[in-house]
Amino acid sequence: MQTGSSAPGGPPVTQKNLPHRGGEANPSARALQNKYASGIKRVEVIWGETVVYIEPGLVHDAIRWLHDDPQQRYDFLSDVTAVEYRDAEVPIEVVWHLRSLPYRRFLRIKAQIPKGAPLEIESVYDIYRAADWLERECYDMFGIRFRGHPDLRRLLMWESYKEGFPLRKDFPLRGRFSRSEQLRQALAQNPEARYSMEELSIADAFAELPEDMRERLNKGERTGE
Amino acid sequence: MSKRTIEVELSTSGLDAQGRPQRVPLVTNDGGTAVALEPPPSLEPDIEGEHMLINIGPQHPATHGVLRLVLELDGETVVRCIPHIGYLHCGFEKIGEYRQYNQIICWTDREDYLNSIGNNVTFALGAERLFGIEITERCKVLRVIACELSRIMSHLVWLGTFCIDIGAFTPFLWAFQRREEIYRLIEKWVGARLTTTATRVGGMAADIPSGWMDGLRQFTRTFPHTLDEIDRVLTRNAIWVGRTVGLGVMTPEEAVNWGLSGPMLRASGVDYDVRKDFPYLDYETYDFEVPVGTNGDVYDRYLVRFEEMRQSVRILQQAADRLPDGPVNIDDPRIILPPKSKATSEMESMIHHFKVVMEGPRPPIGESYVANESPKGEKGYYMVSDGTAKPVRWRIRPPSFVNLAAIPKMVEGHLLSDVIAINASIDIVMGEIDR
Repeated sequence: MQTGSSAPGGPPVTQKNLPHRGGEANPSARALQNKYASGIKRVEVIWGETVVYIEPGLVHDAIRWLHDDPQQRYDFLSDVTAVEYRDAEVPIEVVWHLRSLPYRRFLRIKAQIPKGAPLEIESVYDIYRAADWLERECYDMFGIRFRGHPDLRRLLMWESYKEGFPLRKDFPLRGRFSRSEQLRQALAQNPEARYSMEELSIADAFAELPEDMRERLNKGERTGE
Repeated sequence: MSKRTIEVELSTSGLDAQGRPQRVPLVTNDGGTAVALEPPPSLEPDIEGEHMLINIGPQHPATHGVLRLVLELDGETVVRCIPHIGYLHCGFEKIGEYRQYNQIICWTDREDYLNSIGNNVTFALGAERLFGIEITERCKVLRVIACELSRIMSHLVWLGTFCIDIGAFTPFLWAFQRREEIYRLIEKWVGARLTTTATRVGGMAADIPSGWMDGLRQFTRTFPHTLDEIDRVLTRNAIWVGRTVGLGVMTPEEAVNWGLSGPMLRASGVDYDVRKDFPYLDYETYDFEVPVGTNGDVYDRYLVRFEEMRQSVRILQQAADRLPDGPVNIDDPRIILPPKSKATSEMESMIHHFKVVMEGPRPPIGESYVANESPKGEKGYYMVSDGTAKPVRWRIRPPSFVNLAAIPKMVEGHLLSDVIAINASIDIVMGEIDR
């Protein structure tokens, strides 16, 4: 598979002397505006990188279109993440970094989740399998629920972690509890709980599990929330 | 005590003279007649058709760090693989929001610690885009040298540990010997081996010392011999080929869709290399090839990484030839510190030094995502600034995190012993995955 085979112009060169604002936008931004009209809130070019702000409800459709359209072919999902600003009035943004390998384009999609609305957005797992862990991490760190993700569990923090979402601005740098309280909670953990609920449902050792875990499994509990 | 004579037929034990299995009466009934014994109930449970759950890690030498894999096995075949990560999570991204840009550089050493100097360069490039800085020509070439040295270093560690996982020990020693030479070069340059913190926003922490280039040329001259030796030992070795060919195959479409990058993606036949497709540091002016595999299996990943080391040597030779004279740091007193000798002797320079260190350089409001072809794949730093000296958000796009996410897809259907080879072929660094 040759990348860049459909890219216009000669071989790419290092970008130099990029302007802070303005400059040439990625042609896909114009195409998105033509297709989704008012669903595209605004397009910015910052340091040569095109940012497209899209209505949260439309993001999944727009990314699906960017992935499938033969003129766009954004086949590579670089990153899914979120940004919360220090100013509490500014809404939380979910950010997708997309690359079109055939056309050598880079596009940043942003969706602003309005203040007060639940932190939920459509998952792009069905378009890119790369979204699996990236969305799980984003949920783990920011508490953004990706609707349609088949396995939205905590990833970096442990299953029974109850302190909240560490990368939110209201989460203190040193954690919610004092060191002694964190130690107490760690010692109160069941040391037998080495496997997750999902894994235990595979195991034949059900009868040997501690009583409380068997109860949780019987209740059909699957995650530690 | 009465004596009994026992007649013994000379034959293989358990068989009679005709070679048929012998039924030996072991007990007598009450009447004294010998009877055959029922086979005793087996102590082992009948496990045919039952799946077993086994746990590898988090403390296991073959998981390359604190990775934990829970495997569901049917006999010896992996049916399902559930990876667990996060044992090294220490919140780098959160800490970055409380640090100035130059202070974050020392955190980038500690995530992908095999490519620390390459991470320093990537972060500096991202921050410089955020500040709107163009670095000097000498700095660009020095950064290319730094990136390629750390690529060779990281690939050598990968090669050595991969050999150990598969059962070869000698190439590990050869690889680590050469890696030590690079560490000596890096140490002469920046004073540290692993945690380099070699760059600053707008330049480098230090210029190379005099005579350093001779050491680099010596290395690029002799290193290909080591590669040839390892190549001769491994590439056509029947055991090596048997342990690696056909394992963990990803087709090009799957590899792109799963977000693989770096050698993992190129082994599947997709020639995406950030240095070629989205160049930085004037990589388009260097003459080098991007090796691409065909089958997307563990063996191809080995071949791709191996060839990448040869190409890195080519880039290093070109960079050594073209290194221009001139300043390393940009000429901007708002960002660059004054020389240390002046800061300790002149009042104005001391105030200047104090203000840059305590207040920190401030970028304009904006954001940047700069990706670099790290040894593991596309390593990106996404920074958002609100105009203060500390970023609002510092996001690391870790290549081996996304590559590792595909491990369930790659190991399912393979044998338990192949899980180790496939896991080693991903080239994971847990410091980068957990951050």
